[in-house]
Amino acid sequence: MKVVNHELPSIDGKGLMMGRPAYTDDLAERNSLIVKVLRSPHPYAKIIKIDCTKARALEGVELVLTYEDFERRPFTRAGQGYPEPSPHDKFVLDQFVRYVGDEAAVVAAIDAKIADEALTLIDIEYEVLEPILDFEKAFENPIVIHPEPEIHDMFPIGFEPLKNVAASYHMEVGNVAKSLSDCEVVLEHSFYTQAQAHAMMEPHTVNARIDYQNRLMLYTSTQTPFHVRRIISQVLDYPLSKIRVIKPRVGGGFGGKQAIHGEILVSAVTLRTGKPSKMVFTRKEVFESSYSRHPMRLDIKLGADKDGTLKAIDCFVLSDTGAYGEHALTVFMVAGSKVLPLYNKVDSVRFHGNVVYTNHTPAGAYRGYGAIQGNFALESAIDMLCEKLQMDPIEFRQKNMILEGETSPIFAIMGEGTEGTAMFMESCKLDYCVTRGLELLDWKHKYPRKPLDNNKVKGVGMAIAMQGSGIPYIDMAAATIKLNDDGFYNLLIGATDIGQGSDTILAQIAAEALGTTLDKVIVYSSDSDLTPFDTGAYASSTTYVSGNAVLKAAKDMRKMIVEEGAKALGVDVSEIEYDGIVIKTKDTEMTLKQLSNRLYYNEDQKQLTSTNSYVGTKSPPPFMAGFVEVDVDTLTGEVEIVEYVSVVDCGTTINPMLARGQVEGGIVQGIGMAVYEEVLYNKKGTLITNDFLNYKIPTRLEVKKLTTEFAVSYEEAGPFGAKSVGEIGIDTPPAALANAIYNAVGVRITSLPITPEKILKGLNEKRGQENGK
Amino acid sequence: MKIDHFYKASSIEDAYEVLTKNSKNAIIAGGAWMRLSSKEIDTAIDLSELGMDKVVVEDDFIIIGAMTTLHSVESNQDILQLGNGILSQAIHKIMGITIRNLATIGGSVIGKYGFSDILTPLLVLDTTLEFYRKGKISLEEFLDSKDKEPDILINILLKKQNTKGYFYKMKKNSLDFAVVNVAVSNTNGDYKIAVGARPSITHLAKEAMHFMNQQKVISDVVILEAVEIAMNEYKFGSNSRASEEYRKQIAAVYVQRGLNEVTR
Amino acid sequence: MKIKVKVNGYHKTFDVNPDEYLLDTLRANEYLSVKKGCDNSSCGVCTVLFDGKPVPSCSLLSMKADGHEITTVEGIQKDAERLSEYFGEEGADQCGYCNPSMALTVFALKKEIKDPTDEQIKDYLVGNLCRCTGYQSQHIAIKKYLGDDQL
Repeated sequence: MKVVNHELPSIDGKGLMMGRPAYTDDLAERNSLIVKVLRSPHPYAKIIKIDCTKARALEGVELVLTYEDFERRPFTRAGQGYPEPSPHDKFVLDQFVRYVGDEAAVVAAIDAKIADEALTLIDIEYEVLEPILDFEKAFENPIVIHPEPEIHDMFPIGFEPLKNVAASYHMEVGNVAKSLSDCEVVLEHSFYTQAQAHAMMEPHTVNARIDYQNRLMLYTSTQTPFHVRRIISQVLDYPLSKIRVIKPRVGGGFGGKQAIHGEILVSAVTLRTGKPSKMVFTRKEVFESSYSRHPMRLDIKLGADKDGTLKAIDCFVLSDTGAYGEHALTVFMVAGSKVLPLYNKVDSVRFHGNVVYTNHTPAGAYRGYGAIQGNFALESAIDMLCEKLQMDPIEFRQKNMILEGETSPIFAIMGEGTEGTAMFMESCKLDYCVTRGLELLDWKHKYPRKPLDNNKVKGVGMAIAMQGSGIPYIDMAAATIKLNDDGFYNLLIGATDIGQGSDTILAQIAAEALGTTLDKVIVYSSDSDLTPFDTGAYASSTTYVSGNAVLKAAKDMRKMIVEEGAKALGVDVSEIEYDGIVIKTKDTEMTLKQLSNRLYYNEDQKQLTSTNSYVGTKSPPPFMAGFVEVDVDTLTGEVEIVEYVSVVDCGTTINPMLARGQVEGGIVQGIGMAVYEEVLYNKKGTLITNDFLNYKIPTRLEVKKLTTEFAVSYEEAGPFGAKSVGEIGIDTPPAALANAIYNAVGVRITSLPITPEKILKGLNEKRGQENGK
Repeated sequence: MKIDHFYKASSIEDAYEVLTKNSKNAIIAGGAWMRLSSKEIDTAIDLSELGMDKVVVEDDFIIIGAMTTLHSVESNQDILQLGNGILSQAIHKIMGITIRNLATIGGSVIGKYGFSDILTPLLVLDTTLEFYRKGKISLEEFLDSKDKEPDILINILLKKQNTKGYFYKMKKNSLDFAVVNVAVSNTNGDYKIAVGARPSITHLAKEAMHFMNQQKVISDVVILEAVEIAMNEYKFGSNSRASEEYRKQIAAVYVQRGLNEVTR
Repeated sequence: MKIKVKVNGYHKTFDVNPDEYLLDTLRANEYLSVKKGCDNSSCGVCTVLFDGKPVPSCSLLSMKADGHEITTVEGIQKDAERLSEYFGEEGADQCGYCNPSMALTVFALKKEIKDPTDEQIKDYLVGNLCRCTGYQSQHIAIKKYLGDDQL
């Protein structure tokens, strides 16, 4: 291959570093009204009075909106396939506010200072209600967070709002209770994960204007421009045909922009005033009033025989969706569906539980999407089970984990909000990933621990993981390729580059199939008027789903070129040889450049354009094994992460360098969740960790050494053999680190993040017990 | 923060006059953390033009102008030499370089912040503050004082002496505030110990220092006893960063490591 | 209030409020490479050079810039372009939102520290957060850029 599987620089890096205007706020109208939101100071309250007279009278204020200004039309902000598997439980503005930071009113003014002042002039009185701030107390609590009658699900998702249940699910293969009772060794433990923040560098940003054709036009920093257009149309009852949504360059998403945030509010302002308007979230709003990862409690039971055969897995999950149920069911299901098949040889497996409402910042999509939570619990529990079995955890995994050619009944049972799709692992190099990782970290000389000077101990730990590649029969992508005179192409895609490099790798796929070079493929993404449909950048779908659409469109284009070439040369198509540059017959030839110039200027004039689309019929999982080495200070609990080794099977890497970037970025975010990113609320229900001074993402000083390799692997169904790579990197660090710290100092932390304080507490208890003996 | 007027002072006298005119007038130093405050200021007085951003080295003292940026302080060669460079080390671990190019040493001292990583090493180096109105007072006295009279910090004076120093900042990651910070110094047998971010403001462990200063021979046993005395005289507290128990336990570890280092 | 500032070598006059910050002044005057990230100088994306030194423009009062020199990435285009080539060769650019500020800080580092060690590079750039890359590829790219004799 000439373009695919080559380490080419991204097509946009240079312009971005040189500071060219590219992001949403760079493209706002300079005279935009500034839209700001009055946010609730209470976790749960009813607005009993809201008087905007003074705010409206302030000079420079154009509009103030409250719940009284919107029709009550429930919707979900989740940017998912339609109808969504998320409950329609949100109103643009409501008389009830359900978390600290929830929207109470909206102001549009000519500048930020006036907008801020107007917010203070809104006379608002709340009836403060008792909130639910502990998700373990939410189920069937007499306090009901969503009593409103209009809310509903789009199809059965176990939605029972009067019990504070946004979604629930149950599945069982075999008889888990019976299998467990037959097992010689049973391990049972609960695990807790926190509400990690996406912390993308560009805050949520949107602006709107009415264009010269009197249509509503938005630039927005989103992962799902087509869902945004649909939701705005549905919620504001405004014709879809009169809305244009443009996704310019996006400064990071990680799932955090897979939902509507400010889009409806600026649309409402611009439609009502006729004036351009814009909204840039403050960092506090990003933390407090967008959404985070779903915190979960996962109760795991594992049963095995003494020979190390895993027989049964039982998993009950309680998930906290906060005040609204975006992605409630689907994130919950992925905690099972993209974790449990790792151990496919069990006799029985059960996965069930509830997703509950609380008066916390809502939870939503976030890279890993449940799999990281499930992985932390299962892969920690596997190491704990191995200790009970007195068996080497590597040997145990090698004996029980999924291998190439195998399947799991879970694939057919569990999809995302619906039934799944049966599939066999046509590409699965997990066994290689494990073996290679052991070598790279020099595991055999380090496992389980080595004492160091200064009261420190070195330890190593590992975990394995899988993800998916899009959602079969739901995630759809399309691509259009246009041949230009001079023989270069435009690639128009709805696929959404949010920084992960999809514009580059999709252009590489097109260039490879067209037999051309990367510079001849000009990419444009994404614009609801100009690019074909794509569900968006989520569910690890872009390389696999959008990539397949691009590949099909490129093959069509190549065929068209050959046909036109044959016509121009006066021969039959079968006599043509075409390498992407020169169209040849036995005795004559014509370059693509000549053909295209002929097509547009001289003879048989016509535009060559191909469009094709793709929807997956399966979701081939990428796999990885993650290994970590840590040095733990036994007197303070401080941990230094010495090295993280990742060996990944994502099929063919379209661009190995950018694929490595996806893995390493994911690893470091996973490390953040595992050890640094503490989420704290005060007793009143206010998020304390609502800025970068208090919420600690990893810095470059924390990253000592990342070693990343890819397994040689080829997925038949993927474009040039590729699977996804966007999410898999984030899954292993929590469990691998928990296992490494346990191996180092014998302290098992089952609640994230693993802070020095928790480790030291564990060490103190352990020393107390040892002294007591 | 709201500011109604901005005033560039032409001299310290001028600045002091404007400052005392209205209780809502305030000196702004680097302004680095002003956004975090909800204070309303009538006139913000800027001292940038007064040449107070220099480090002058004399025979007995290093004199740091109050408007010297943190990055200039940490990079100064004489400050790097003083007490094993603990002040430089401490400043170096504060946020990123950009904020240290903005924030000033004066602003960092005057705020008496509990989380301060600067006050703790300054306390174990012999530090004197020079104010416009009240003249020279020791840093220790300033930290204890409840004086609210308006004044302007002009210089920070560090005594040049042959000191062995130790500083450690326990933090969750490199951009974090201190969970606890510890500074220890030994100037020819005169020991100083300070623990800050407990989370309350740093101060000296006087009893432990007195105990150390009386010892003829410093052994591991002596150091352990000094640590115990210090831990008994300090009050630790809990906040979102750490619990009282954790702070106390790691402070003890690092005071011990510090004493070991400065007596070695 | 009026301030006179030399931006990227050109003398400019801006009309600002006493409590306005330089980030907002610059963006309002079309210096769009300067990005808003965190509002409290803890992420690095708003970095500009103030008399040659990198500072967070979100926390520098515009009034304090009066009479001083400001450089944004528009003022160091050649250096940014060169650095971007090293980033490209390492796959070190993802969303790109922090990259103009990275170019400015690396530019300042190059001027301030000769032949910096790995630790010095990381220390100097620690306030420039990146949520995309995991930092290692950036570090390699920056190191190669700083070692480029052609600069």
